[in-house]
Amino acid sequence: MIDPVAIDPVTLAVLKGRLEQIADEMDATLFRSAFNPIIAEAHDASHGLYDPLTGDTLVQGKSGLPIFVGSNAFAVRAVIDKAAKAGGVAEGDVYIFNDPYDGGTHLSDFRLVRPYFRDGELVCWLASVGHWHDVGGNVPGNYNPAATECFQEGMLIPPVKLYDRGQFRQDIVDILQSNSRQPGSLYGDLNGQIGALELGGRRLDALIEEYGVAVIRAALVELRRRAEQLMRANIAELPDGTYSAEDWLDNDGIVDEPLLIALDMTIAGDRMILDFSRSAKACQGPVNIARSTAVACCYVALKHVFTEVPANAGVLAPIEFVIPEDSLLSVRAPKPVGGYTETILRIIDNVFSAISLADPARGNAHAYGTINALSIAGHRADGRRWVMFSFFGGGHGGNPVGDGLSHGNAPISTATIPPLEILEAAYPVRFTRWALRPDSAGPGRHRGGLGAIYEAEVLEASAEAFLFADRGRHAPKGVAGGGEAATNRFYFDTDNGEARPPMASKMVGIKLKRGQRVRIESPGGGGYGDPFERDPAAVARDVRLGYVSRDRAASDYGVSIADDHRVDAAATQALRGRGAAS
Amino acid sequence: MSGRYIVGVDVGGTFTDVFILDQETGTGTIRKVPSTRPDQSQGFLAGIRSGVETVGAVATVVHGTTVGTNALLERRGAATGIITTAGFRDVLEMRRRDRPTTWGLWGQYEPVIPRDRRLEVAERVLADGTVHTPVDVDGVTAAARLLLADGCQAVAIVFINAYANAANEEAALAAVRAVWPNEHVTASSRILPEIREFERASTATLNAYLQPVVADYLERLQDTLRGDGFGGDVLIVQSNGGVMTVDSARQVPIRTALSGPAAGVIAAAHIATSAGFPNVVTCDMGGTSFDVSLVVDGETALTPETSIDFGMVVRQPMIEITTIGAGGGSIAWVDRGGLLQIGPESAGSDPGPVCYGLGNDRPTVTDANLVLGRINAERPIGGKLARLDAEAALAAIEATVAKPLGLTAMAAAEAIIRVANSRMAGAIRLVSIERGHDPKSFVAMPFGGGGALHAGALIKEVGLAGALVPRFPGVTSALGCVIADMRHDFVRTINGLLDGFDVAALDREAAAFQRQGLALLDRAGVSFEGRDTLIELDMSYLGQTHTVAVPLAVGDGDDGVGIERAAIRAAFEARYREVYGRVLEALPIRVLNLRVATVGRRPKFDLSILAPDAAASMDAAGRGVRRVYVDGAWHEARIWDRLALPAGAVVPGPAVLEQSDATIFVEPDLQGSVDRLGNLLISRKEPA
Repeated sequence: MIDPVAIDPVTLAVLKGRLEQIADEMDATLFRSAFNPIIAEAHDASHGLYDPLTGDTLVQGKSGLPIFVGSNAFAVRAVIDKAAKAGGVAEGDVYIFNDPYDGGTHLSDFRLVRPYFRDGELVCWLASVGHWHDVGGNVPGNYNPAATECFQEGMLIPPVKLYDRGQFRQDIVDILQSNSRQPGSLYGDLNGQIGALELGGRRLDALIEEYGVAVIRAALVELRRRAEQLMRANIAELPDGTYSAEDWLDNDGIVDEPLLIALDMTIAGDRMILDFSRSAKACQGPVNIARSTAVACCYVALKHVFTEVPANAGVLAPIEFVIPEDSLLSVRAPKPVGGYTETILRIIDNVFSAISLADPARGNAHAYGTINALSIAGHRADGRRWVMFSFFGGGHGGNPVGDGLSHGNAPISTATIPPLEILEAAYPVRFTRWALRPDSAGPGRHRGGLGAIYEAEVLEASAEAFLFADRGRHAPKGVAGGGEAATNRFYFDTDNGEARPPMASKMVGIKLKRGQRVRIESPGGGGYGDPFERDPAAVARDVRLGYVSRDRAASDYGVSIADDHRVDAAATQALRGRGAAS
Repeated sequence: MSGRYIVGVDVGGTFTDVFILDQETGTGTIRKVPSTRPDQSQGFLAGIRSGVETVGAVATVVHGTTVGTNALLERRGAATGIITTAGFRDVLEMRRRDRPTTWGLWGQYEPVIPRDRRLEVAERVLADGTVHTPVDVDGVTAAARLLLADGCQAVAIVFINAYANAANEEAALAAVRAVWPNEHVTASSRILPEIREFERASTATLNAYLQPVVADYLERLQDTLRGDGFGGDVLIVQSNGGVMTVDSARQVPIRTALSGPAAGVIAAAHIATSAGFPNVVTCDMGGTSFDVSLVVDGETALTPETSIDFGMVVRQPMIEITTIGAGGGSIAWVDRGGLLQIGPESAGSDPGPVCYGLGNDRPTVTDANLVLGRINAERPIGGKLARLDAEAALAAIEATVAKPLGLTAMAAAEAIIRVANSRMAGAIRLVSIERGHDPKSFVAMPFGGGGALHAGALIKEVGLAGALVPRFPGVTSALGCVIADMRHDFVRTINGLLDGFDVAALDREAAAFQRQGLALLDRAGVSFEGRDTLIELDMSYLGQTHTVAVPLAVGDGDDGVGIERAAIRAAFEARYREVYGRVLEALPIRVLNLRVATVGRRPKFDLSILAPDAAASMDAAGRGVRRVYVDGAWHEARIWDRLALPAGAVVPGPAVLEQSDATIFVEPDLQGSVDRLGNLLISRKEPA
């Protein structure tokens, strides 16, 4: 094809790499300089370049948190609107905010947005988003499963100027710091984000010096157009039709009723409609999300399926979203949104199911589907406060080419888990188990990856634990005939023995004494394909290694394993024959 | 030392390169012989024999080995077991809860030690070093016997928090040794007494996994050499760029994981510094990848950790080498958005580029270089093929790249090179500009067969001062073996606040490491020009998880090395400002790890022994002209026999310089000049 825009394809390919490198470098500099482990280790941050007029994503770093790839555009849009009302944006301005209804995700994510000018003209926006350690609210770390309004989740800052025409506004930082339990960490992360924006500006200066503004602009427009073309080509390969998937959240943490998340995905030529109309209405607890978050997470799901599409707005052009205004997927302030991770993981699971219905060769089964945010907090003997806050992992889904990964990170994240030795060195806890969870994977021709068991005891006189999770009652599903994984389970010691949360996966104020333990048993991934088609030798190996029990080998896979861990061929044939007949 | 020769040997996949330094005459000899597999020692010996009258005259053999690297990549280590703390046998398999790629969830992970060979015993140490549960020694013995019965040849002992107190691991080590029939037992606290259980477990496990393989190889090698009359020492290059004795290598073979590439970087640093360019980006272009490494002021950069493959983490100081998937065999293709892409898929060396005629029909970077006239179809480097099929390469480029992009085949070939160059330039920017260095004060040093085809373009694209092509780009690693210093690294986790912890104890600890390292140097039986101790602290502000490496000055003391609190603070703040541009007032500062390295400086030889023959002349070096395609037009390029050019020769672009194992392309706006050592400096043409 001949390029209609005045930029040659070779220069375009070169500039694509150069621009991506700028965003990547912004990511890297924040990861290294950040204070809180959620950014430094879990990479819960992102950077990119955005359209000067619309805020659409032009280029986004490859190493940041996947979900931000979709949501940052809404954040920049919010700043554009705010600036327009205030009489326009000036060179040297930098906006800061965390309003989740105008930029997606939740209050913990603070965004810095900076206009990039060249010769007095706005060329693009640069943005940096990072998950801060603590932004106030009722619960340290801000995962408050009991919130019914966003005010219980933390401070809400609308887009305000952190820099006004180059002038740093310390008063803004004073407000932010006085609203956090971790003001030092906040200050460090804020500095890291400022540093990343400065770096991005310098790198753009150099690139424009080399190529000129006009070429860079043409490249940005053209990259977007090609991303759209690529996405349309991918969609067109799926057979036309409507593919439906349903799944449930356990509850919203306030009312113990399951919440339906339903997707009707329609493929029509090179267009896709994602219709969430059948999903539950807005709820009291914090599993609501803003519309922008819903759009962003669909983008994440599709990019996991079509891995080569670039991170820019062109990808979303062929996709129509149907999300009713009263849906839990389209709320406004002050509906609480702190647990947005659980809801978007369920949406992503639905997209995987729908894709698998359209084309089993492209889909994979559900991953473990919950962030398992666990915080254990207390005071040391000398009165110092401590808060251990971490996310825990589980299995990935079986897929067309193989078994799922055991103990992976959530699809919305590239977060690594802190070493238990670092946690033990920093907090008064002792882990007693850190292990794979047998029989947690969904059976399938390609089984899911295994979930994990984490168990820890408190070493100080007392502590309080908070859990924000899901999948306690509705297990990750298989696709293409594969089976369900195990559900998520949480246990804690009481004076009367071991207990579980009344609402299965969400609980505040769990009181613990010295020596008492908590235990997470996370789900594995769902299975892919009929488990009766799994190679009996692979099942025997799973039994030998303790991934699957002998009982489950027989009941789920129809494979009989003898005492010496070998396949009993005759018994297996009998089991599988019966399975096929039933 | 009895013999007169010091021999450097680098065993590659195809060739074994040998560099022989004659200490009496001060001359150097280069030999290239085919590598032998599976027993590399045969090719090794043949290479040495071809350059000396008798192997008995060799004093020292220094070896850059890929035996460990290949065993890891191909997962051909020994059957190995793990004995670990009850409740934690899956640490190795759970990794740090990562995944192979950011996008796409289809990845898998297979640990090198299966779950049924990871046995648990009762024991527990707390983070502060307190022994919570003493180790069940009988349980350890029973576990060791079970592993032996299961056919394990090696075992790793990995206990939680062993970095804070190694008592339980030491007791277990003694118990295992009492029943283990060989020396292949690794305790995690001996190899890496550093916090982070997965990284320590992975490093210790991979070490045990390599021990039998590397020990067997070194034994065979020594036997082969001795059988031929060799009576000297064998030294092994480590991934940190220093050498160690064979005894050390048998104990810590994991330190050879990047032995070969490290030797190359060491040589590059020395060659460039000798040529007056202490700031270098080394560029090693192979069939599937492009490796860059930074040398500042003649010093190589080290990184504390690397991943050999997904989840295969090695935490040992290594020369920092950044790799991108852009080599000569990288395949060019047009994606469905109409964008030209290079790699990451590669045709490797078999089937290789289209022009090899071995079955691949998708065009590669090498095919583009051939079509553009930069590679000589009649004189392929490497010596495997008689000629290259330029017509087939052109047809592949036409069909796969030119048509979809609406370009002529020649323009498409140039586009492939341009996009490949921009990816390589990105890797150079990553290690130079992104680390705060000004590219104008750096030269690129290409080695390997293909790097010098692209070096000229890279200096323009990144803004480097020039490119320095060493006289023998194909044998850089062998040369590096002869140059490398001896080095031993130590680490210990401190994890204390600067304002609280016992600095005197740290000082004593550093001194103890220093004594241990110097003793190892003494025992090696190698003569040194001098000895250095390098001390670094991994430090951060409290709450940060990433640290910066803070070098400290080393002084003398009765039982210490003169480390003081105020000096630590000043050094940290200086370093932090350098890295992040600002220091943060009033925040507590944390010291995570102490790192000590002892270095025995081996004598360097004068590179002028490799210089061009004084009788060389331009006339004798000329090989006529060939058409090369540059910037949309054909040019008449002069072709030169690179090694026949005299010192001081200036070759204006466009020109192609050929030698047996490398091809150099000088673009029309560049020139190449031969320095007194025989290096070729490519730089911008001086204005007429």
